Amino acid sequence: MVFLTRIEHFNAAHKLYNPSWTREKNEEVFGACANENWHGHNYELYVTIKGDPDPETGFLMDVKKLSNIIKEQVTEKLDHKNLNVEVDFLKGKMCSTENLVAGIWNQLTGHLPATAKLHSIKLYETPRIFVEYFG
Amino acid sequence: MERKVAIFRKEHFNAAHRLSVPGWTDEQNFQKFGKCSNPHYHGHNYDLVVKVTGTPDPQTGYVINLSDLSSMIQKNVLARFDHKNLNLDTKEFASLNPTAENIVYVIYEILRKELNDSLDLKVRLYETERNFVEYPA
Repeated sequence: MVFLTRIEHFNAAHKLYNPSWTREKNEEVFGACANENWHGHNYELYVTIKGDPDPETGFLMDVKKLSNIIKEQVTEKLDHKNLNVEVDFLKGKMCSTENLVAGIWNQLTGHLPATAKLHSIKLYETPRIFVEYFG
Repeated sequence: MERKVAIFRKEHFNAAHRLSVPGWTDEQNFQKFGKCSNPHYHGHNYDLVVKVTGTPDPQTGYVINLSDLSSMIQKNVLARFDHKNLNLDTKEFASLNPTAENIVYVIYEILRKELNDSLDLKVRLYETERNFVEYPA
């Protein structure tokens, strides 16, 4: 079993804001992140797949193809976007990093070849804050 | 003996912004600024490096007390820009396009007013790991 990781990145605006709460409660719970006019991040995304290398190619998966799948299914939908407003797979969800990784996982699972399984999604919101998701 | 030393303080802030020229159509803005002109904004983790150059004080050995420099940046820069929408929430960029070039200049001007005249100042701003600007050039 081999684990293979592809790193991608995207920049986006978001806010942490529960629309069913008052502005005061949002500020109390989410602090500066609740700014109604948004703020933003440089996100670093680590996608790790696992499986056995193909005996003929030596590849678990062609990383160029993996990169294209991540671009089409994830980063093109997120990069330079407003996560709360413009992303179909986050509609109606709180745009926390925790929810983002689960959304990214669901975007990718159906597009990988049968020989490569998704192992984890790791997402850095800042250099010192990141979350991991294993499905 | 005049022995100048440069001292650096790194800080960071997160903000949303949009690049556009107000009189232009969305199409014109997209042509010039690409996806950075998204009307719904996007955002960055900005890394700020402040360089102060001067002669260490003979008694303290300090060019500047780093704790004072940190507080100065915190109070005058981060409090204005961190977790803000640069276009909507700041007076500095109400009518100035918040490009990295303009942000670094604005930060320089803010800090220059706070620093003793005997000290030189240079500011470097990273918009992403690979895109950064410096002022004065």
